[in-house]
Amino acid sequence: MIKLSKADYEKILAHAVKELPDEACGLIAGIIEGEDKIIKKVYLLTNTDHSNEHFSLDPKEQLAAVKDMRSQGLVPLGNWHSHPESPSRPSEEDKRLAYDSKASYMILSLMDRENPVLNSFRIEGSNAEKENLIIED
Amino acid sequence: MNITVAGVKKEVKDGITVAQLIIDEKVETPQYVTVTINDEFVESGTFESTVVKDCDNVEFLYFMGGGQ
Repeated sequence: MIKLSKADYEKILAHAVKELPDEACGLIAGIIEGEDKIIKKVYLLTNTDHSNEHFSLDPKEQLAAVKDMRSQGLVPLGNWHSHPESPSRPSEEDKRLAYDSKASYMILSLMDRENPVLNSFRIEGSNAEKENLIIED
Repeated sequence: MNITVAGVKKEVKDGITVAQLIIDEKVETPQYVTVTINDEFVESGTFESTVVKDCDNVEFLYFMGGGQ
């Protein structure tokens, strides 16, 4: 299970909408309790590709985020990005570039702008397994 | 000599290169790794020739990207 606060979900959503038509991206950090991941902080990073089909995290911002996580006693849990025009599922490129099978890869689909969909996946090779994502107040 | 790797203080042999440190630290998928030393990015083609110095602060950052 992976838990995200409603406030952090809204933060991701607002950033993704603001960045349209480009993909938006960022990092998630938190704590691990047993097999559960609790997201304590989301980071909104720059998509250096500035594309509606690709994203790459800005390495400088990534470095700053990693240091911030460490200073707050949080661990990196994975990343998130938006799919402006496609469903909330990992693309072949997403799978190819998912190097960490323990990380959570969150994908926010804005294909239906009135009904955004956020899912979280663990990816190992060409297999993507949907996680039980709980968004709560 | 003593350095810090990903926030953890470590003792390593003098003259160690970034390339050797990547091996010693068992960094997974090194082809996707960016390295910083004291917040300066090390060019990926220079890992073999870049020597880590005493008290350096080293970070490994994994490339993160994808596409819809």
